[in-house]
Amino acid sequence: MLSTTGAPESEPLDVSGKAGPPVSIRGLLHAFGDLLALDGIDLEVPGAGVLGIVGPSGCGKSTLLEVASGLLEPSAGRVSVGEAADAPSRTPAGERLARCALMPQRDLLLPWLAAIDNAALGPSLAGASREAARERARADFNRLGLGGFELAKPQELSGGMRQRVAFLRTLISGKQVLLLDEPFASLDAITRAETQAWLAGVLAQDSHTVLLVTHDVEEALYLSDRVAVLTARPARVAATLDVPEPRSPDRAAAVTAADFVELRERALRLLAGGAR
Amino acid sequence: MSARARDVAAPALLFVALIGLWEVAAQTGVLADVLLTEQGAGGGGDAEFLVPAPSDIADALWNDRDLLAEDAWVTLREVVLGFALALVSGLALAVLIHLSKTTRRAVYPLLVASQTIPIVVLAPILVVWFGFGIFPKLLIIALICFFPITVNAYDGLRSVDPDLLKMMRTLGAGRGQTLRRAELPWALPFIFSGAKIAVAVAVIGAVFAEWAGADSGLGHLILVSSGELSTSLTFAAIVVLSAIAICLFALLALVERRVVTWKEGPSS
Repeated sequence: MLSTTGAPESEPLDVSGKAGPPVSIRGLLHAFGDLLALDGIDLEVPGAGVLGIVGPSGCGKSTLLEVASGLLEPSAGRVSVGEAADAPSRTPAGERLARCALMPQRDLLLPWLAAIDNAALGPSLAGASREAARERARADFNRLGLGGFELAKPQELSGGMRQRVAFLRTLISGKQVLLLDEPFASLDAITRAETQAWLAGVLAQDSHTVLLVTHDVEEALYLSDRVAVLTARPARVAATLDVPEPRSPDRAAAVTAADFVELRERALRLLAGGAR
Repeated sequence: MSARARDVAAPALLFVALIGLWEVAAQTGVLADVLLTEQGAGGGGDAEFLVPAPSDIADALWNDRDLLAEDAWVTLREVVLGFALALVSGLALAVLIHLSKTTRRAVYPLLVASQTIPIVVLAPILVVWFGFGIFPKLLIIALICFFPITVNAYDGLRSVDPDLLKMMRTLGAGRGQTLRRAELPWALPFIFSGAKIAVAVAVIGAVFAEWAGADSGLGHLILVSSGELSTSLTFAAIVVLSAIAICLFALLALVERRVVTWKEGPSS
């Protein structure tokens, strides 16, 4: 379904020496009224790095991304996006909004726009003409297996296709930091694996900094340089796991490598609240 | 018989049956008898001026077709222009009270109050102020029409999925862009609902407006013909008036089906 044209899927993930805004979160606390959602989160993502975030459902992962994106101001703590890595300062919410693209769990496609116009919403809002905006989306449309559905309305697409359109909307929004909230949750296993491989290629190719929230440990480990495991609400960072480099270019080989499997077991034990 | 044919056949049959019943009752003088007995005036006999039969109305429709067409054109123009005025001002007002809380607090009570003004009383005053021309008629029609448009449009604008607004913010949309690209399209089904209600009552507004002072139009014709006991012509004018309302309503429904191709907002 996914063609490999142009996407260097065969390259191992290697983020060294690439520019990209770093993200630094320190002592982040957020409460909704009396309900404490985030309880002192510390996370560091180097420029162009990919941080996976896994945690039990309802632990506050989505809140964490909303805070990072600038939609929410945290109750306490410091969030910096794209500030000098050696002395990161607090980034105001407006600046965070300008630097981050958030892909929410719901696809939120506009039912009155064709699929490609939904994907190209970012450039279009930035002032690009409809044709220019569509041009930005067209190549990736094919690569994501959406070729031929450019002019389909969202309600004519399957759940998986809708999610891919929403992902594309985030990717080409022109922001350097991608905050992905369960981006592939509604894809079937095969499409999901293919899309992960495609994303790994995209991330290796460019300099996006990514925070990837998922409940799928394998997905987090495969796509990320480092994975933070959160506790149940209120969320704290239980552990941060470094994913060994380099990974095999072949996804199937990568996720069955001995060290990968071992890491996955460790992450799952941490999620279950067991011993480290 | 297909379900679609049944959908059309049932109301058509009922309509024809009712018309037939009316025809018989009017032709035999039963209706007039009943009405006159009520008033203690004895039998009515063949009182066409009292209760015209559907065939009499059809005759009037045909015989006075030039007159009816002329007056229908006058009223149609008033209704369409008055409705357009209400649509533009109603939408503008809805956007305004949606965007500004202060405006909303200030204007909303006045908006509701404007609907308690008895149009029948206001109409002659407007005629005194602005004369016999089309302007006071447009004002009265617009006054009746803008309320359902404004209220529905505002309800639509504020019912937008909050997650959608967040998404627009993260994509860097400004206030105007969010309004134009997300909120207004979202509100379109609501706006159409308001417009369809408005266009149906617009015709009543036109009749009131013409009664207050006019020298043409279907409302004027109804007033004059009933004064002359040309009841068939009165009913014929009412038939044309209904036809105008139904056509405008159907036209809006058609446009709505063309424009609003989605069922609900963004899902999943």
